[in-house]
Amino acid sequence: MRFRGKIIDIGCIQHFTRVVTTISKLVKSCTLRITTDTLYFILSERMVTGGTGIWCQVSQNHFFDEFNLDGVSAEANEIYLEVNPDLMVRALRTAQNAKSVKIKLTKKHMPCLTLEVELPTLAAHSRLVTHDVPVNVIPRRLWDEFEEPELPDFDVTLFMPCVKILRNVVDRMKNLSNFLTISANNSGEMNFGVSTDIATIKTHFKDVGHPNWRETSDRDPKEFADARIDIRKLAQFLVGQQLSSVKIICNLVHEHLAHFFIVHDDVSLQYSLPVVNS
Amino acid sequence: MSLSTQESDENAQYVLYARLDNAKTMANILKAVHFKDTAIIFASENGLKVTVEDCKCVQANAFLQSSLFQEFVIKEEQVTFKINLTVLLECLNIFGASSIPGATTALKMCHEGYGTPLTLLLEENGVLTDCSLKTLEPDETLDFNFLSTNVVNKIITKSECLKAAFSELDLSSDILEILMSPDEPYFRLSTFGNAGSIHSEFPKESDLVESFQCNKTQANRYKISLLKPSVKALMQSTRVSVRTDNRGFLSMQYMIKTEDGQVCFVEFFCCPDEELENDEYS
Repeated sequence: MRFRGKIIDIGCIQHFTRVVTTISKLVKSCTLRITTDTLYFILSERMVTGGTGIWCQVSQNHFFDEFNLDGVSAEANEIYLEVNPDLMVRALRTAQNAKSVKIKLTKKHMPCLTLEVELPTLAAHSRLVTHDVPVNVIPRRLWDEFEEPELPDFDVTLFMPCVKILRNVVDRMKNLSNFLTISANNSGEMNFGVSTDIATIKTHFKDVGHPNWRETSDRDPKEFADARIDIRKLAQFLVGQQLSSVKIICNLVHEHLAHFFIVHDDVSLQYSLPVVNS
Repeated sequence: MSLSTQESDENAQYVLYARLDNAKTMANILKAVHFKDTAIIFASENGLKVTVEDCKCVQANAFLQSSLFQEFVIKEEQVTFKINLTVLLECLNIFGASSIPGATTALKMCHEGYGTPLTLLLEENGVLTDCSLKTLEPDETLDFNFLSTNVVNKIITKSECLKAAFSELDLSSDILEILMSPDEPYFRLSTFGNAGSIHSEFPKESDLVESFQCNKTQANRYKISLLKPSVKALMQSTRVSVRTDNRGFLSMQYMIKTEDGQVCFVEFFCCPDEELENDEYS
């Protein structure tokens, strides 16, 4: 089992750092799945522990200049690791003006992802900073816990409204309640509200954009779908994500699921929050 | 502004209806008295008086005069209710507490009368938020019976004077002594903490002191924990009037300039900690 990859372009290093930072803001520990063409950051919590789901997909060849992988076996050419994304971010933070970053799987006292950061100097020799991020190798019999979640049929699909405004609103509401209800319909109306013993607050966004990425169902465009979710998890996502400030897609399954989706050419992130019943 | 379009027939059922173009004005004034979760709001044709009390010893009143609002309608002589001030402030700042240039939050506030919620409608850049806050049975508020005829000493100064002194208060001291006197040292704040006593004296000839009317030497002690909340108001204010009456009760009135140039007042009353038995500290 071997893995090594090398990123040279500074733009790619920074972009990769942003991806890992985004993940680190959402979760303490997640699964890193490495395949020959893609890196995946995966979280699939069981319903009893919160049911949050993260599926982040990074195309390897957009970032890495060298990428060698010998997986567990020839027919399962993949590696599954349990990592702490925050430790990876700390290691990558030293690489913000690096000449190159090498990431490889090593065995020190325990399995580690070793990040070798080559920093520029004025002299001929460059400096090398090495970080060892401890990881756990996930045995093959557990792999099927980390399969890509199947997307359900969404009732409502809209772009999120202006993140800057929404971030403020959610931040305020966070101080008042633990749960927030998103209700939206396919004609571009989207409401965010909290309701407590002492106050009911609802923010209304109108004419919210609509991505044409899937056939619209025969659902009445005026009919609202509601999702009551953990407000802290939504706030974390809005504050912590560094991938996009405009095009975040929000999908709702009425009284079941809120699903957020960011798509770029080389990175996609899905974040799903189950509905919490009152 | 979209808020003002259909109000004429809509506000018919309200006992209290107020419209304000910049909700931040109201938020800033309320912040000055926000040292407890709940406040009692007295609405009359003069405007709103927001009262916050603590320990039956200190009372803060913020006055939002009706002229502050672009529209202020009240159909009863007085409307009184208790409200959760923390939640009210969160609502007023729903679009963010920091001011982004060019973006102001417009506010429409309605109340249908006893037992009904206070509804707020806020709008910024076409995004609407509506809030409905439960109103509670108002508590009896304290009457400090602070009459201007009983005032012994009165000083009006620019706030800079007191800001430095208050922001550096020695909090290891339980009490703050305020001495006002027609003779030297005129006006002195003292604390008696673990590390020693600190006296800040203000000369009466200072440019910052605008009015000095002291008739009798008076040194009164107040609990710092009770005065500390008034610092929020002090920091926002431009001028402050400090008065004490013959019983040693303290009144501090702060003049606060709003963003659009209007003047609002916030006052604090505080009762003295105990009678000073002798002159051991003076």
